[in-house]
Amino acid sequence: MKTFAMGGVHPEENKISTTAAIEQFPLPKSAAILMTQHLGAPATPCVEKGDKVKVGQLIGKAETFMCANIHSPFSGTVAKIDTCKDAFGLTKPAIYINVEGDEWDESIDRTPDIKRECTLEPKEIVDKLKAMGIVGLGGATFPTHIKYSIAPDKKAEYLIINAVECEPYLTSDHRAMMEHAEEICIGVSILRKALGVPNAYIGIENNKPEPIAVMTKTAKEFEGIIVEPLKVKYPQGAEKQLINAITGRRVPSGKLPIDVGCVVSNVGTAFAVYEAIQKNKPLIENILTVTGKKLPSQHNYQVRVGTTYNDLIAHAINELPATTGKVISGGPMMGKAISNLDGPTTKGASSVLVIDEGEAERAKESNCIRCGKCMNACPMGLEPYLFSSLVKNRRIEEAGAANILDCIECGCCFFSCPANKPLLDEIRLGKNLYRGILMAKKK
Amino acid sequence: MKLLNVSGSPHVHSDESTKKIMWRVNLALVPSLIVAVAFFGLNALLISIISVGCCILFQWLIEKFVMKVPSTICDGSAIVTGLLLAFNVPATQEMIWLVAIGALVAIGIGKMSFGGLGKNPFNPALVGRVFMLISFPVQMTTWPKTGSWFPMSIDTVTGATPLGLIKEQLSTGRSLTDIMSDPTLGLPSLCDIFLGHMGGSLGEVSAIAILIGAIYLLCKKIISWHIPVAFIGTAFVFSGILWLCNPDQFIDPLTTILTGGIMLGACFMATDMVTSPMAKSGQLIFGVGCGLLTIIIRNWGNYPEGVSFAILLMNSVTPLINRWCKPKRFAN
Amino acid sequence: MTGIWSAVLVLSITGAIFAVVLWFVAQKFKVVEDPLIDEIAEVLPGANCGGCGRAGCRAMAEAFVKQGNMDGLKCPAGGEDVAKKVAELLGCTPEETEPQVAVVRCNGSCANAKAKTHYDGLQDCAFANSLYTGESGCVFGCLGLGNCTKACQFDALSMDPDTGLPIVDEDKCVACGACVKACPRGIIELRNKGLKNRRVFVACRNKEKGGEARKSCTAACIGCGKCEKTCPFGAITVENNLAYIDFTKCKLCRKCVAECPTGAIHAVNFPPKVERPAATEKPAAEAATAQNAAEEVKTETKA
Repeated sequence: MKTFAMGGVHPEENKISTTAAIEQFPLPKSAAILMTQHLGAPATPCVEKGDKVKVGQLIGKAETFMCANIHSPFSGTVAKIDTCKDAFGLTKPAIYINVEGDEWDESIDRTPDIKRECTLEPKEIVDKLKAMGIVGLGGATFPTHIKYSIAPDKKAEYLIINAVECEPYLTSDHRAMMEHAEEICIGVSILRKALGVPNAYIGIENNKPEPIAVMTKTAKEFEGIIVEPLKVKYPQGAEKQLINAITGRRVPSGKLPIDVGCVVSNVGTAFAVYEAIQKNKPLIENILTVTGKKLPSQHNYQVRVGTTYNDLIAHAINELPATTGKVISGGPMMGKAISNLDGPTTKGASSVLVIDEGEAERAKESNCIRCGKCMNACPMGLEPYLFSSLVKNRRIEEAGAANILDCIECGCCFFSCPANKPLLDEIRLGKNLYRGILMAKKK
Repeated sequence: MKLLNVSGSPHVHSDESTKKIMWRVNLALVPSLIVAVAFFGLNALLISIISVGCCILFQWLIEKFVMKVPSTICDGSAIVTGLLLAFNVPATQEMIWLVAIGALVAIGIGKMSFGGLGKNPFNPALVGRVFMLISFPVQMTTWPKTGSWFPMSIDTVTGATPLGLIKEQLSTGRSLTDIMSDPTLGLPSLCDIFLGHMGGSLGEVSAIAILIGAIYLLCKKIISWHIPVAFIGTAFVFSGILWLCNPDQFIDPLTTILTGGIMLGACFMATDMVTSPMAKSGQLIFGVGCGLLTIIIRNWGNYPEGVSFAILLMNSVTPLINRWCKPKRFAN
Repeated sequence: MTGIWSAVLVLSITGAIFAVVLWFVAQKFKVVEDPLIDEIAEVLPGANCGGCGRAGCRAMAEAFVKQGNMDGLKCPAGGEDVAKKVAELLGCTPEETEPQVAVVRCNGSCANAKAKTHYDGLQDCAFANSLYTGESGCVFGCLGLGNCTKACQFDALSMDPDTGLPIVDEDKCVACGACVKACPRGIIELRNKGLKNRRVFVACRNKEKGGEARKSCTAACIGCGKCEKTCPFGAITVENNLAYIDFTKCKLCRKCVAECPTGAIHAVNFPPKVERPAATEKPAAEAATAQNAAEEVKTETKA
């Protein structure tokens, strides 16, 4: 069974919401649509206060290179264009919409029929992805059209679809594969066409036998789609590790996957690509898991972007259990802790994970006993313990020389540290400070 | 409702902890302790209890009154130090009290003076042992004779370790084959050596008990095979070469690795996380260094045994090894 | 006897060889340096605080000697005494500068800026700042993890356990600016010490709109502009919903202090008022606490 070259850990899987079918989430009364739901600059609002909008109508225009279009997930009236605090308390530009009914844009095909044929040329596919505001749904929300616009001096050889879902708890990709296998395969075919590569590999971890079976069966009907079961090991879903697991290639330090001829997209993205290209539906919805060990019920929802986390929790479980310690957007290994539950969801949100107080609190830090567990767990072959002490003493340049920027922030080091040292916190700080030094040097 | 916690990812932690590691090491030392009690009787038990008790007491006192920090007794590391120190002394009557001095040096100088667990450059138990060896050379090299199982009181007649005996005889000019075949010396057979039926320090006599503990630690991933294998392997190969060159002068490799403290040292003391290198390549260098130094000290040094010195010497170069031996990078 | 002689001989020869080798090495790696650098370095405080913008005191001494005068170079930690001594050594006149002190421009104490979340990560302001807003939800306020106190080489800063804010020991602070650089949110500012150590300043950095700012902190500057209108000297400007008092223009009249609705303007080291206004102020203060209490109840019921 294939897997990546070094390091990695195996956290408790806790995939307790795998059997919950995807439900349609009800519409809220009003919503704030953030203008930064992707990596890069905010989109520019192109509606005015008082305008009537339909579902799927363009409301935020990408005017810079690193940006993605934003479409209205709701129909109704634009209440105001202001700032809004996101789930992490940061102030972002946003469009507020008072939801009235559910009137969709006429161009969107809402029939349940599955459309297989795609007659568009590669260039047209990429342009349509840009128009539809598709971003990577694996977590980084990198605008998809930029990823698929390959520079003339580079050549893509592999298309890799990330269906690993190596994070504990998360099941949105699992459910999407179970329920939308055919659509996903069509999406993958479209992406394969856009890149002009012979084969697409769908990497799925071996702890998901059902999706592997469904996907393998469906993929047989399509040309050039290979389902690749992988050994269960975190962080297999990290781009560099997945490329390594499937192709054996290694992305060099400071380079991108395309430099080794690979393009990686999430399985959720493939589904969004299908809907955008074949059904003209922009990225206005995503599949989101609401899960937690102590929750009375587990859910997978298809949710409109802009629904607040409070709405999600209220609908799914009425209220948070009294012993809640932490609410996380994303998985427990790489997700972000939510500080403002009134914040709206964004395109990249994949879950609401509720962790109980006992598990949420970090144990007290003690002296490093130099056991080297962090080093053995690091999938990039770095020395987290060294970074920790260098950053603490602000010897940032030395940390930089020890390749601190290679770190993919997977959290294996902190996860395995018996002394409970906040290693990843220190490494993140070191990376920030080192980037600052590099910027200052450039000037 | 309580306030929501916020921190950077990851938000979950493995169930590893320093405490767990230390208690597992303690558990791995239990077979050797049982064998020690079986061979040396009550003395062995008393020495172990006094040693562990003193280590805990001194650490508590130092943390409370000197360093003024919260106590870390519960992490079990003082018990590891205490047990290992007890395992490194002969099971004689006077050791019961002398070991307290060793414990003071081990904890006070070997560990706490550097800032406690994790900051000590040398294995504390070995610091204590070497201090005792230099300060009380007679008491530290007087070994009780083992005879019956579970003896209630130890013979006042003292024997010597096989290594000490051979060294002594070699210095009189006899050849090794001659010594080995001399029944009056009472050298143990290879089988006795493996089980531990010979003179020696408390915990070092039984290779089998040590191996049981080491296998447990390997299974729990507390130690890796690199240091023990490199240490014992080097000692075996190096002494084998010497033996092939001159079997009259040098002991055969199997006896070499089974007698003295090589087994205990390689499995429990050289593998101490704090004082050994972290990268696998560094651990191999460390093990090879320990093996070479042990054989060199045994054959050409003043002492019949060199494991403690070898490990301490290699401890001192651990930071250097850590600097040179880096893990292999993924993106190279 | 021969033993002694051979020992003496061997040691003498080795000694002689080492002496020759060392002499050659010393010649080879000789560094010619202006002795003035050493003299000036001796005069400088030697704390290597980095307040001058250089790596340490010796680097600063080199800069002094290289330039030959003191224009644009200042040892903030040393103050006037050091400046005079350095000037003597360099043979020039020192620049006249107003003595300064570090001022904490945040009043987001535990009581004013109630914690909405609990921070459980690395105890380092720079990291917490990159992670999220901080416990109170104020993106501009003090995070209370004490990077400034760690940066201070003069033991002049300490964290107040009651308020969670840093306190500046004015006698110890030499205005080296290390804390200003250490604070990721730019809360600490070097301000002129002022007449009799008295200062008036806005203890807030929040640039959000009034309502938003008040949500995270009751003592936030809401940018109402009352102080700007009140100030007879034009020392106050309001920009991006935040007032700022220019310490070079402020005449310490304290009219703005009474005018500020949230109490964001602080006046320090003034003698306590003993006149009648104390009586009129009291009910206002009580009303304020009552209002606070009411708000507390509200938030509690909400939660």
